[in-house]
Amino acid sequence: MTTQFMNDMLLILPELVLFLGAMGLLMVGAFSEKDATRSVDYGAVGLLALAAVLAAGYASDATAYAFNKSFVMDSFAALMKVLTFGATALAIIMSQRFLRREKLARFEHSILLVLAATGMGLMISANDLISLYMGIELQSLALYVVAAINRDSLRSTEAGLKYFVLGALSSGMLLYGASLIYGFSGSTNFNEIAMAFQPEDGILPMAQVIGLVFLMAGLAFKISAVPFHMWTPDVYEGAPTSVTAFFAAAPKLAGMAIFLRVMMTGFGEAMVAWQQIIILISIASMALGAFAAIGQHNIKRLMAYSSIGHMGFALVGFAAVSPAGISSVILYMALYAVMTLGTFACILSMRRDSGPVEKIDDLAGLSQTRPFMAGCLAILMFSLAGIPPMAGFFGKLFVFRAAIDAGLYSLSILGVLASVVGAYYYLRIVKIMYLDPPSEDVNEPMPRELAILAGGLTAFTLLFFVYPAPFIELADMAGAALTASGGISAR
Amino acid sequence: MIGLTHYLTLAAILFTIGVFGIFLNRKNVIIILMSIELMLLAVNINLVAFSAYLGDLVGQVFALLVLTVAAGEAAIGLAILVVYFRNRGGIAIEDVSQMKG
Repeated sequence: MTTQFMNDMLLILPELVLFLGAMGLLMVGAFSEKDATRSVDYGAVGLLALAAVLAAGYASDATAYAFNKSFVMDSFAALMKVLTFGATALAIIMSQRFLRREKLARFEHSILLVLAATGMGLMISANDLISLYMGIELQSLALYVVAAINRDSLRSTEAGLKYFVLGALSSGMLLYGASLIYGFSGSTNFNEIAMAFQPEDGILPMAQVIGLVFLMAGLAFKISAVPFHMWTPDVYEGAPTSVTAFFAAAPKLAGMAIFLRVMMTGFGEAMVAWQQIIILISIASMALGAFAAIGQHNIKRLMAYSSIGHMGFALVGFAAVSPAGISSVILYMALYAVMTLGTFACILSMRRDSGPVEKIDDLAGLSQTRPFMAGCLAILMFSLAGIPPMAGFFGKLFVFRAAIDAGLYSLSILGVLASVVGAYYYLRIVKIMYLDPPSEDVNEPMPRELAILAGGLTAFTLLFFVYPAPFIELADMAGAALTASGGISAR
Repeated sequence: MIGLTHYLTLAAILFTIGVFGIFLNRKNVIIILMSIELMLLAVNINLVAFSAYLGDLVGQVFALLVLTVAAGEAAIGLAILVVYFRNRGGIAIEDVSQMKG
């Protein structure tokens, strides 16, 4: 074996571990005599933790390429991988009890999540249109199946079907864009595409712009930014709650990471062509997230609109196209994942004698019956609304500061307005929990592991302001690594 | 003489038919699956045409990978469709509306 090959293998070690581990767990699940669900779950969490540790090992290294520059490993990729693998592991831990009680516990569930995480790792590190497509598909195919994992429920299978049809449509658009970009730049490698996509007098040739727009449409779908958000509320509502908890965190992190990577590395010089598009979808996402969530009665549907809105806020930092903007997006996404996982730990605990409940009104009077859960949820709602001194406020602060430094004043003002409108429905949940009279049917106590998770994640959002420096430093380092590869760090 | 432009036009037409097939068809989910396949094949025509035009093999490798993934995608799509059919007893598009959206 040549040293070149060994070096390449070393760089994809986290994904290799996940992939081979998933195959091994599949064998364990298929051939073990008795039900192996629980041991497969623990194995999957262990694998993800191992992969996250391995990925963290590359954090301080310089940018390294593998497989003919189609795979890149830098501190940006390392940080985003640690976050996605961690979010996936937490989602598996949170889902165990819920799936068992709903009679959905199958060992395939956590294997599919591990395979999705492998795909996410590959797409975060993609440096080539082909590896980008393969990573996205590996992730998406696993996600379609987990959305429909409750195969005896009409709503779950319908969610899977909708997700599949719209996901395949978006993959088609992404591919069509990729084929045009390949044709008009002569390469599928992001670094070489960057050399071909040089605007003259601030204008890009029409054919290149069309390819770019198709590619962006496909990527915007993956983060559910507005014109491509239609699937989000239905899939969030229809899928089992534990699956929704996973959908809300890890795939969003990975989707935003690859969006940043493609635009900064491949099209950094051509930013005149896409900055306006990012601004537009950012405004549309923030507005839809703020207004459409107001009339919702189902808390999972509300969280879907909330995630659309949050993607809009993250895109505000992206629209700045500066190192500060990129690092603010990374920080925002990390904080968003923490808040949303904490919120879903609470939503997964919403259960009465009759089974799981998911109406917002079912939270009425929770502060009297289950004060700990109500407290956690209230703090997380304040944080999602962006009220200081919670973590969500700092996420928004850095994003808007980057946008103002880049001169995007109207975008920032619209963002702050959308955040004020959005605060209404977050605070409405707090009001229902604390001021409305409790119903006779009392919520069951929080399961132990969910209480620990919700408490931990809430404590993080509450105390983030005490010592935020290491997290901001990490985000800055990752943002600098990404902007350096695009060659626009001089701006 | 058939040149690059002809292939690109053909691919663009096929792709558009595929997209419209998804949005305008009001009858059957299977037709949606066929439309998705049509879109991916249009992309393949694009890739192979560019590959021949540029004298670069990468496009053909890409096309082969797209074909493979499209097969996997169709398998998963049909599997989801089968479990949906078991629950609903039909695959008409109007039926796919348990949740408004």
